[in-house]
Amino acid sequence: MMERPVAEITIREAVARGLREALDRDDRVFLMGEDIGRYEGSYAVTRGFLADYGPDRVRDTPIAESVIVGSAIGAAMGGLRPVVEVMTINFMLLAMDQVVNHAAKLRYMSNGQFSIPLTIRTVTGGGGQLGATHSQSLEGWFASVPGLKVVAPSTPYDALGLLRSAVADDNPVIYAEHALLYGVRGEVPDDWYDVPIGSAAVRRAGKDVTIVASSRMARFAEEAAAALMEKSGHEAEVIDLRTLRPLDTGTIVESARKTGRVVVVDEAWRTGGFAGEIVSTVQEEAFDDLDGPVVRVSGANLPAPYSRKLEAAVYPSPERILQAIERNFGL
Amino acid sequence: MNLQRPQAIEFYRQMLLIRRFEEASSRLYMQGKIRGFLHLYIGQEAVAVGAIPALNADDYVVSHYRDHGHALARGMDPKVIMAELCGKVTGSSGGKGGSMHLFDSSRNFMGGYGIVGGQLPIAVGLALAVKYLEQGRVVMCFFGDGAVNQGEFHESLNLASLWKLPVLFFLENNLYGMGTHVDRTHAGGRDIYLTAESYKVPAAQIDGMDVVGVREATTEALARVRDGGGPVFLEAMTYRFRGHSLADPEEYRDESEVTAWRGRDPIEWFGELAVEGGLLSDADVEEIAEEVAASVRESIQFAENSAEPRLDTVYENLYG
Ligand SMILES: Cc1ncc(C[n+]2csc(CCOP(=O)(O)OP(=O)(O)O)c2C)c(N)n1
Ligand SMILES: [Mg+2]
Repeated sequence: MMERPVAEITIREAVARGLREALDRDDRVFLMGEDIGRYEGSYAVTRGFLADYGPDRVRDTPIAESVIVGSAIGAAMGGLRPVVEVMTINFMLLAMDQVVNHAAKLRYMSNGQFSIPLTIRTVTGGGGQLGATHSQSLEGWFASVPGLKVVAPSTPYDALGLLRSAVADDNPVIYAEHALLYGVRGEVPDDWYDVPIGSAAVRRAGKDVTIVASSRMARFAEEAAAALMEKSGHEAEVIDLRTLRPLDTGTIVESARKTGRVVVVDEAWRTGGFAGEIVSTVQEEAFDDLDGPVVRVSGANLPAPYSRKLEAAVYPSPERILQAIERNFGL
Repeated sequence: MNLQRPQAIEFYRQMLLIRRFEEASSRLYMQGKIRGFLHLYIGQEAVAVGAIPALNADDYVVSHYRDHGHALARGMDPKVIMAELCGKVTGSSGGKGGSMHLFDSSRNFMGGYGIVGGQLPIAVGLALAVKYLEQGRVVMCFFGDGAVNQGEFHESLNLASLWKLPVLFFLENNLYGMGTHVDRTHAGGRDIYLTAESYKVPAAQIDGMDVVGVREATTEALARVRDGGGPVFLEAMTYRFRGHSLADPEEYRDESEVTAWRGRDPIEWFGELAVEGGLLSDADVEEIAEEVAASVRESIQFAENSAEPRLDTVYENLYG
């Protein structure tokens, strides 16, 4: 077999490539959002798009999140396949009615008469010293809503593969890009592939402890696993969820049964956070194989403070993950 | 409008169908056969019947939770609606939608929306698809006076006007949002249509109790929307004769106000006018009444004889 060509690109480039492909492959796809056209994207993902695709397919909108998402729902009901950019996940709160009351429910309430093939790209995560209103990780909230799908890639390969799946999906998909991962580089094949929604990735195999995480926390988990190996020779298995809904419980539970020790890392607030869902799933399905309680390393129960020193105190870090493993499991 | 006999028969028949259908549904509600919220349209029939049949078959209709009248005027089968109200498998959504969430994709009846104002952005998006696909269709979107204070209303008017989208915004101003009079909720007073003008959307206020006038204004507005100049806004002044829903104790309206509006009953008014003008005979009126009664009876029998949904359908159609 021929060696397949592989390019090293950033997550930003992977998302842009996926969007261009979607626009090229299907006339029904169009992009819509604040400052995605003339300004070329607040995170510079849609650079050159307006020039290449024109204002009908790359639409700058007013700052009005509810009608951005709501009109995308309507356009989807009317036969299009919109890909919307909501500048950051914090602003999704202004579109909550459309996302939760309408996008998630119209297929069910109409008993399948209508479907909503809609992708909502948005930017999640803190750590950039943007203060409390601009530093939230709310994807876990959306993951609790039946009718939605939620994905959060952490590599260029997954960013492209999941975007392909999201755009092809006939359901509303929330596609959360982490603000601090856009520059992450990785290999992406030139050949077509996709990453199915609902499948987690085992980033690193190990027998002593399982670390479950997503998005930027999955990268922290890998760092913590490397540090654990270096320090004590123990092997951590790292699971990158990639999709929060539908959750790949099979991969998580299988690993939990194998290692008997599980740490869940979540950038979001500890109370009511998505990490709790994973903890529950593990104890329900793998209780007899566990050596001890499933542990959370979550964001602090606080609005994100601005100061660099204070901000660093509220988010999980590779060090905190390592400490949690050592303290709870004596590894 | 030079009203002809066939048109007069249709106006009368459709309005009466809505009236009798809803009276019947309210009886079923009292018998516990319909549960949840039931918002009756009684009193406002001239708006739906004046407006909706003026559309083409491929145009879109977007409604809110007070949607039975809109659905019937769009030609939805009364049997299927009644079955949905009764939560039966033969209902429009197999019992998953309920009164506030009626849908009929075969008639481009795009829903029943239970969240005040939530349907407006969706209507704008349908119009965006129409324009993008160059379909030449129009989206007719209904909402109440309560919806106009929502942010979604203003976001929608702005975007539809900015992008010149083919929406006919149809406000049914029945003076109340649940128990609160519009004078106590809207800074612009009763002339809500003036708000639309600030978004450069041409707007007019019309008599919502006069089915002929509603049809005339709608026809003119639709022509204008189809011209491609962007949305148009109509405010129909109307009144609901019954409570907000069947759970409403109705303690907030003056008896005299209710009586005055009932004196302008759109069906009685039109019936008398049409008989006086020689468009309908007394025999016509009787015949239509019988036809409507039969259709309503049939819808009840259909709903009552239909099965409940199977339990294993509960997870169906969450995802596609
Ligand atoms: C966002 C939201 N807030 C409150 C309600 C509860 N509610 C249902 S109908 C209604 C009144 C709406 O009045 P209006 O828009 O004038 O319509 P009408 O009932 O008069 O037809 C209210 C407050 C709701 N369904 N949605
Ligand atoms: Mg009202």
